Amino acid sequence: MATTATAGRHSLDQALTTKPPQSLWVDAWGRLKKNRAAMFGLALVIGFFFLAIFGPMLAPHDPLKINDGKSFLPPVWSPEIFNSTNKVGDPQFFLGTDSIGRDVFSRLIYGARVSLVVAVVPTIFITALGISLGLLAGYSGGMLDNLLMRFTDIVYSFPDLLFFVVVMFALRDSFLGDWANGLILLFGALAIVNWVGIARVVRGSTLSIKEKEFIEAARSIGTRDQAIMQRHILPNILSPIIIIVAFSVPRLIITEAVLGYLGLGLRPGTSSQEFFVTSWGSLLLEGQTAINAQPWMLLGPAIAVALVVMGFTFLGDGLRDALDPRMKGTG
Amino acid sequence: MGRFLIRRLLWLIPVMFVVAIITFVLMHAAPGGPFDKDPSQRQIDPTTQKQLNAQFGLDKEVWLDFSALMKGDIAGFFDTQFITYMFGGTVNGKWRCGFICGNMGPSFRQRGMMVQDIVLDPPEGRQAWDSKAGYSLRLGFIALLFATLLGIPMGVISALRQNTVVDYASLFIATSGVTVPNFVLGIFLIIIFAVGLKLVPVVPRSWDNPIVWILPAVVLGFGLLASTARLTRASMLEVMRQDYVRTARAKGLSQRMVVWRHMLKNALIPVVTVMGPAFAGLITGSFIIETMFGFPGWGRQFVLAIGQRDYSMIMATTLIFALIIQIANILVDLVYTFLDPRIKLS
Repeated sequence: MATTATAGRHSLDQALTTKPPQSLWVDAWGRLKKNRAAMFGLALVIGFFFLAIFGPMLAPHDPLKINDGKSFLPPVWSPEIFNSTNKVGDPQFFLGTDSIGRDVFSRLIYGARVSLVVAVVPTIFITALGISLGLLAGYSGGMLDNLLMRFTDIVYSFPDLLFFVVVMFALRDSFLGDWANGLILLFGALAIVNWVGIARVVRGSTLSIKEKEFIEAARSIGTRDQAIMQRHILPNILSPIIIIVAFSVPRLIITEAVLGYLGLGLRPGTSSQEFFVTSWGSLLLEGQTAINAQPWMLLGPAIAVALVVMGFTFLGDGLRDALDPRMKGTG
Repeated sequence: MGRFLIRRLLWLIPVMFVVAIITFVLMHAAPGGPFDKDPSQRQIDPTTQKQLNAQFGLDKEVWLDFSALMKGDIAGFFDTQFITYMFGGTVNGKWRCGFICGNMGPSFRQRGMMVQDIVLDPPEGRQAWDSKAGYSLRLGFIALLFATLLGIPMGVISALRQNTVVDYASLFIATSGVTVPNFVLGIFLIIIFAVGLKLVPVVPRSWDNPIVWILPAVVLGFGLLASTARLTRASMLEVMRQDYVRTARAKGLSQRMVVWRHMLKNALIPVVTVMGPAFAGLITGSFIIETMFGFPGWGRQFVLAIGQRDYSMIMATTLIFALIIQIANILVDLVYTFLDPRIKLS
């Protein structure tokens, strides 16, 4: 017994001296770098951001320009079975053209913007809201905590897609729905439902952290509650927050695409000077209406949605494994 | 246990009430009513419109009638569309019990029919499972079977043969199932099997042929298949390292006994607990798949009802779906205690 204990102590000492101490973040980044799937996901995400920002320079055509006499063109590489229109593809239009002769590839590139804006902007809001309310509820408890939990019950029992569909239908024609191509309304609907998940995680972690000795120590030397929450609790619950945010992003992108597919998404802008010319959801809807004549129109946006969701999911998986190695392989 | 159940069931009431209020308010915020905005049909003249509104109780205030309250009419204050729908009220001279009696209201679109008839009654001369609800439940059930019967063995084999080709193959399927959204998968499968290979019609006319059920069921169940396989694998890997498994092996039990009696039984606890909400999700989340495949279930009925401002139908669907989700969540908590006596309900 004694020998194994000293041996254990010895190797521990050795480990401590040979390996310089690293912060959680450096450590996590090291683990993330070794995770090939996560790096692939990160590359995909960066690639799509690049596409969204530099879209106008990369797109070969004007996404809204109607090319006369060039409608229904299949892609050059399209196999015979998908060509029901007897038209021959034009190498100029890599992914073919739609029913009024617009270049599908250019539209696809412009569509990336909506998905990524939907991934980023509501996420900032819901994270800020979720963190502040979750922290307050978990730390102070009482009324606010009760209220938060009851609200959570309601949101979790509401079929969320049903909620989005009803909201978009109800308010699309109001002034809220007209604002910025309907983006503000979409953000609002997504935010109302999604902040709850983050608030719940933050509350749970806060509850367990606030019983720790160092919080008691901070309180005993007279640190104010706000400072305790900001400086002592928040840094300690960052990893669960990052993990749940990484997982909520792909859900937002899917929701936008589904709503667009049902014809309830954004209103596309009418000039190519506008920021949002089209979205992948709208492209899917256009493709669905022409599924027999031009099935290839569905392929591009479907693959794009799948890839960007895959990128964020891989990155989320990797972040979870890197920040919380105990959870590796679950879920 | 009993007290826990009673408290959870009582808590259902306010939650459902709030869900009902939110849906009702949003629904009525949408411009246009069931009778006045339909370009595909004849426009209704004002007198008929007024009569229709009276017949369906749409002449009442939507929410609470404050003008009646001003006059001191307490009964009139509560005599509104919302209260009538949820609890009951006088419509067209006759008293009608509301949603709490299981009465989901008259459909605004399919004249002379109640919503529960549309959803639950099969067409003339057909079996009970050919109703709209029957179709959706059957599709959900097939998807659930597909997901569990394939997902659990996949996870088990994956864990037993960790880091082999079999493991990687099943992990690949599971990962793609989690990352590819189900409607995107539906699009791929339709393009390959319906448009390209022409094995099934894109939108089947009749759903009597079992072959046309395969695509929607696979699409609906694939996400669950993936998460079941991942969860089973993770949970099996954890159980494999437990002391009692080593003891079982040390006793000289056969591999089959160890796997079936000692590992699987414990490893399936987390898997079983997600089944309830998963099934609820399959039933309530299927309306995109139903719309995509032209499937005659109640999910598609809901999407149609929204476009037609069929208020009763929208309310009924949302409330039923919310109820299903709530009950599934309560069942999970109960099942958990049966499977793992260490967990106490509080």
